[in-house]
Formats: sequence, C-alpha cells, structure tokens
Amino acid sequence: MIEIFFKLFWSFFQIGLFSIGGGYAAMPLIQNQVVAIHGWLTMTQFADIITIAEMTPGPIAINSATFVGTQVAGLPGAIIATIGCVLPSCIIVLTLAWVYYKYRELSVMQGILSGLRPVVVALIAGAGISLCKLALLKEGAAGLSWSQIDLLSVGLFAAALIALRKFKLNPIWVMASIGVFNVVIHIWG
Amino acid sequence: MDKKQEVSLIKMFTSTFTLSMFTFGGGFVIVPLMKKKFVDELHWVEEKEMMDLVAIAQSSPGAIAVNGSIIIGYRLKGIVGALVNILATVLPPLIILTIISYCYDAFRSSAVVSFAMRGMQAAVAAVIVDVVFNMIKGLIVERNRVGIVVMILALIANSVFKVNILILIVVCGAIGTVNTMSREKARKERIG
Repeated sequence: MIEIFFKLFWSFFQIGLFSIGGGYAAMPLIQNQVVAIHGWLTMTQFADIITIAEMTPGPIAINSATFVGTQVAGLPGAIIATIGCVLPSCIIVLTLAWVYYKYRELSVMQGILSGLRPVVVALIAGAGISLCKLALLKEGAAGLSWSQIDLLSVGLFAAALIALRKFKLNPIWVMASIGVFNVVIHIWG
Repeated sequence: MDKKQEVSLIKMFTSTFTLSMFTFGGGFVIVPLMKKKFVDELHWVEEKEMMDLVAIAQSSPGAIAVNGSIIIGYRLKGIVGALVNILATVLPPLIILTIISYCYDAFRSSAVVSFAMRGMQAAVAAVIVDVVFNMIKGLIVERNRVGIVVMILALIANSVFKVNILILIVVCGAIGTVNTMSREKARKERIG
C-alpha cells in the first residue's frame, strides 16, 4: 500500500513539474503517466476525466489527481496525488517570488517559457490526436480504417468545432448541449 | 508594509475558495478574477505588482490557478499565506472529484450517462483541436520558424516514434529557449 502511495505521489509530482504553460499542458503528461506507464486508467476513462474536468471547476491536473488517486487508493490516494501535483509549483513559485522581490527580474524565466511553447503545442496536439481517435472511431474499434469511423460522432465533433471557432460559444455550453443532444437522439431516435 | 496588517487570513481563504469554486474551464479564467478580487475589491495588491505576480504564476510549471494563489498568498501572508491559499484552491476540485469518483462506476453504467459522455467526448476533442489551432496560429503570427519546425518534429517524435515525453520537453525546450533568447537579443540590438 505504501508503494502505491509513493507511485501516485511521484507520478503526479512529475506531472506538476513538467506541465509548463498551464491548463492543457498537463493533459499529455497525465495521459503518459496514468494510461501509458501505470495503466491506472483506460483511454476511455482518461477521456472521461478530461470531459469531467472541463465541466467542473478547478485545474485539469488537480481534477485528475483526485480522480486517479481515489480510483487507485481511495481518499488518502486522492490527497497524496494532489499534494504531489502541487508541490513542484509550490517550490518553484516561491523561489521565483523570492527572486522577484530581491531582484525584480523575470525575463530569463519568461524566455525559457516561450522557448518551451512549441514542444508544449506539439504534446497537446499529440494528446488531442489520441482523444480524437477515441471519440471519432466506433467504440472498441481496433485499427484505423474508414469502416471504423463513427459518422454521428464526426458530425457532433464538426458541429462543436464550428460553434467554438466561428461563433466563439462557451466550451462548457457546447459540451453540455452536444451531450444532451446525443442522449436525445439515442433514446428517442 | 503596513498594508499587511489589514489582510485577514480567513477573508483570504474564503475569497480564494470562492474563486476556485466558480472557475470553470480552468487556467486563464482565474487570472482576471483574482485581479478583480484582490486588486479592485480588497485593495490588497497594487495593479502593477499584480501583473508581475501573474507573470510569475504563468512562468512556473503547474496549474495557473494554483500558482496564482500561491504567489498571492505568499505576498499577503508569507509562507503560511501560500499554504492556506493552496488549500483554498485545491479543496473545491478535491471535494467535487472525490464525490464523482466514488459514484463513477454506477454513474458510467447508466445508458443516459454513457450517451452523454460519448457525445461530450466528441465536443472535448473539438475543444482541444480549437486550443491547438489557436496555439499554432500564435507561432505562425510570431514568424517563429525554428519554433514551428521544433513543433512539427516534436509531434512526429511523440505520436509516431513514441519518444519519452520528458526527454522531448527537455531537449526541445532547450532548443526553443536558446532560439528565443537569441531572437530577443537580436531584437534588442536592432532597437538599441
């Protein structure tokens, strides 16, 4: 049991340490640690947690830490994973704050941050591709082929993308309405 | 710093807790809300200083909401303030997600929830694609050629060759940082 707590802590410590640029930057790291390395969640559960994180308050990383921690080791697991996730931020922010109040100089850190942006974009895109595969292929589909494409999901995806990019609608409302729409056409359709 | 005396730890906790409770969609949403609360309403931090604190929050790894509350807590009440503010930020998602997590299996086996989740997954995929488009557009607008090449190579390395994600961050981050620093230097020399 101690070992599982240590694994949870260390996984979420790495997620906290390497998710640079906030928000979605944590997503590829969570997928890597939680789905690929430890197998704590399936890809479908991972997509569910991203969906739930979008619909509930709080950062994706904290939401995932709580969810994964609870699934793996109950409430203590959730608390340990959350602490692991927050600790790197805590150390680095406080160090930077100390430097800031001493020297009032931040440009090096900002240089590093903007230098990291291309790889952050690439990693988010990579996680996005996995999520698209999961959402747009039929459930349980093995490989990539035309016959495996779920046309209804592609339609919902296209509608959501238009709503977001063209009409700039709030993502939460877009997600909620598409979820409700999908229930309605399956139950009454 | 006589201003520090006016700051109440309880008021700070409840303010941050409320902000965290109502920040949907995470990340950058919380920054303007924090500014509104701590600068405009409570007058605990000055506007110019707040901008710098936000810059620190955004330059550090991890969630922006957490980073922002750590630095504001530290500014107002030192290390204790930072710890109290972390607790205030983390508690709402911790409580909500623990409840969801305990109900998840029962919840997920219902047909209605299952269809709703399946539909929302398509919408989440669209949200991520939208975010990625905007980020790529940012790189193109900046005419950051090295950045665009690094991005494409990193995407191929990650998605096709399954290169370790931490190695990618360190290596591509180093290339990008050197590139950004030299661009900044060239820009300053042009101006100066």
